[in-house]
Amino acid sequence: MPQVVEQIRHVCTLGAFESVLAIKRAVPIMHAGPGCGAKLWTTLGMQNGCQGSGYVGGHAIPCTNASEQEVVFGGTDRLREVISNTFNVIDGDLFVVMTGCTSDIVGDDVGEVTRKFKKQGKPIVYVETGGFKGSNLQGHELLIDAIIDQYLEPTKEVETGLVNIWSVVPYQNTFWSGDIEQLKALVSSVGLKPNVIFGPDGGVDALNKVPRAQFNLLVSPWVGLKNVKSLKEKFDTPYLHYPALPIGPTETTKFLRTVAEFAGISSAVVEEVIQKQEERYYYYLERAADNILETRLLPRRFVTIADSLYALGISRFLTNDLGLIPEKQFITDSTPIEYQNLVSAEFENFTDNIVAETVFSNDGGFVEDELRKIKFRSRPLILGSAWDRVVAKELKAYQLSVATPMSDHMVLSKSYVGYDGGLHLTEDVYSVVLDDFQ
Amino acid sequence: MAINLRRSEAVIREKRLKSVVGYQGTVKDLANKAQSGCLKNAQRGFSQAINCSSGCAQGHLSTILDAAIVNHAPIGCAADVAGANSGFKWGQNIRNWEKRNVKIINTNMTEGATVFGGGKLLREGIREAYRRFSPKAIFVTTSCASGIIGDDVESILREEEEDLGIPVVPVFCEGFRSQIWATGFDAAFHALLTRIVKPPEKKRPELVNVINFTASAREYVKEIFGELGLVPQFGIPYSTIDQISRMSEAGATISICGTLGGYFGNGLEQKFGVPYVTALQPHGISGIDNWLRNLGKVLGKEKEVEEYLAEQKIITQPELDEIKSKLKGKRVVVGMGPSFSHNYIRLLEDFGMEVVWGLAWHFDSKHDHGGLPHCTMELTKKERDIPISVSDQQNHEVLNLLNKIRPDIYIGRHPGLSVWATKMGIPTIMISDEYSAFGYKGTIDFGYRIIDALTNNSLARNLSKRIKLPYTDWWFEQQPFEFLEDEELKKNAASS
Repeated sequence: MPQVVEQIRHVCTLGAFESVLAIKRAVPIMHAGPGCGAKLWTTLGMQNGCQGSGYVGGHAIPCTNASEQEVVFGGTDRLREVISNTFNVIDGDLFVVMTGCTSDIVGDDVGEVTRKFKKQGKPIVYVETGGFKGSNLQGHELLIDAIIDQYLEPTKEVETGLVNIWSVVPYQNTFWSGDIEQLKALVSSVGLKPNVIFGPDGGVDALNKVPRAQFNLLVSPWVGLKNVKSLKEKFDTPYLHYPALPIGPTETTKFLRTVAEFAGISSAVVEEVIQKQEERYYYYLERAADNILETRLLPRRFVTIADSLYALGISRFLTNDLGLIPEKQFITDSTPIEYQNLVSAEFENFTDNIVAETVFSNDGGFVEDELRKIKFRSRPLILGSAWDRVVAKELKAYQLSVATPMSDHMVLSKSYVGYDGGLHLTEDVYSVVLDDFQ
Repeated sequence: MAINLRRSEAVIREKRLKSVVGYQGTVKDLANKAQSGCLKNAQRGFSQAINCSSGCAQGHLSTILDAAIVNHAPIGCAADVAGANSGFKWGQNIRNWEKRNVKIINTNMTEGATVFGGGKLLREGIREAYRRFSPKAIFVTTSCASGIIGDDVESILREEEEDLGIPVVPVFCEGFRSQIWATGFDAAFHALLTRIVKPPEKKRPELVNVINFTASAREYVKEIFGELGLVPQFGIPYSTIDQISRMSEAGATISICGTLGGYFGNGLEQKFGVPYVTALQPHGISGIDNWLRNLGKVLGKEKEVEEYLAEQKIITQPELDEIKSKLKGKRVVVGMGPSFSHNYIRLLEDFGMEVVWGLAWHFDSKHDHGGLPHCTMELTKKERDIPISVSDQQNHEVLNLLNKIRPDIYIGRHPGLSVWATKMGIPTIMISDEYSAFGYKGTIDFGYRIIDALTNNSLARNLSKRIKLPYTDWWFEQQPFEFLEDEELKKNAASS
């Protein structure tokens, strides 16, 4: 398989600046070429659910806009000047210096520059994110590790019930902020105190509380595993790794039981929550069932073309709850080789002994070729990105965008996570079907 | 200085056109300095994220229908492509075409390539592009990474071209080479001029190359040109390689935007003798008058142009009067690329509005035909000397300025800044379509659009009350050009 990529579905390491922006009042400082930011926020933001600049995103991001001068003579002087003036101009609580290809290839000592500001008491960290190093999902991990190493302080005090939630990669996972709100609500529903770092309820204060947590909860097939291990190493905080994003009743119920058991919460408490939520879910589903079943329009087979997080969560729901059958599942997040078996194994674990084949590729052109080889006996459902609208039409498939870049939807607080999320996904899938012939 | 078409690489705007991204003063002062050759770029001690030439280059070339792009870069350098694709779909939609995606392959350079070179990946990218898209030509856009590690792009492309039998053309657009993203248009047009456009087999004097972006108003342009006995041929977007290769056959070239079309227009004139019509942009009444008159002059259609214009003036006068009566004295700040900015300043002043500040995202001291841009020259003829600045969208500077000026409305072009004016509670219009305010009809429509924007400002007003801007109080207390290292400005500040 060639290394080249068509129709990109994630960006480079530097794209992790969006994770900084997802922490309220945190400010990225880019030491990169002039167009890096604007390119990256096109795929991750503007063309991905219409996610705009927010507090200090877009053209507000401090950046050295490295020119020939910085490439030939080194860019540390320019970086020092921009950082120094950033502290005067930008109102923030945490500053993160992030490098691009130019700086990393010419070898600017960014650590040295940053440490001098830190010694003066400034809340600043740095992370080398030159685009050639990998994906923005890996960049997200590098960023969190940099914050753990350079910013978080150890504490003796552990707050019982406090749980740090690590999961979605902000902006990359288009529904990230809604997902975090839903995960927070789920964790809270069994009596725990969720601590979320990203999104409307997070911020630098939440970040500061991370070392005090009773445990770290990682909801993701692989992204963030490095970070919870770092937190274990540095603060001795245990972690629970739950690979599947809980969407719909089957997975969400399993998720709540797993979290509660890990936290030592009595099953009576959890079961009461589950019963209430499932009753609500099935109240709505019962009413929808007439249309879903009697019009015979619901697709039978589906393909996901998405990050491992959404591909896994969505395929579990569609298979275990809605009765659909998974065709090939394309994982487009450049899952590192050491995690690929782990991720594949999760797709062999559906109800009724159903197993899905996983294909790892971030190359949309390759995925298109593979799709054309599948013999579909009825109109399939393709859950991918806006790129896939064209091939979906060619294959007469129903198409719903759930992955980067989602240029065809506006996403604000929407999420498919939890019991309610399962209902929303059902609404969206079925609306695609209804919209198709009217 | 003529455009150098013997090189494989376009000379960057800073060198070729003495372009700058840092200046503040007035339009007359700017024009004086530009004409006397003493306009200097002022650096800034603080800067924020801007754009690079690679986006303009591959964005524009990716709209050629039967070409493919190979972006030789780490994957993030193709992150603008999702935007190009949405734009491409917009253009297909207004043409009622079956939609497809742009044909761009990224070579996905990783750490290994930066150490051992990216030649193998580049060859693989070209082969895959050929296999997947069967293109008539392949354009290879370079990146900071490929430029710094020194991949021998030209030799590799020559070899691949020989094997494949189609043009495989380098487009040099490393981001760090130029601070002016519009340099990327030049890089794209340079590739077309040197490698795609062929000598004319026959001349078609009625044919006019119209250089634009999406060409949303092509029916309207066809109608106007039809009255003059001319036929427009829109490009570069939504054209084929064959159509572009025959652009040398046209009677003239004209552009919707001086920044966009100047390189190609002048290049076609220089290499193939197709006259390039230099004129004001066709935005606003004086703009369309000048644009059509200069076109008429070049192609001998003066009489037809005058008849057309006289008729339009009568038809549109009542609505124009109404617009002027409603907009008179409204204070406006304009923020756009240099050609659009200096053209829109004129058109807004023609509406009777007061342009209290004009921002341009860069400024070319001259265009490729050799003189000061027409739109700038035209503004110097006004009695009032309009305050202006040049800034590559430096957000801190613009917001500080807007906060002090507090205009009735902000009118911008180029995504990424209009939202910030909105966040300040200022009614805002963003011009995303190049044919907005085009011709008599467009000018009238645009006038009513401004009136609408001033009629209901609830979105901006409510938003501004509930959000905080990311700047410190200290910054808003400073002068907007505090970080602009302009010697003259510093001298004046010291003496006052």
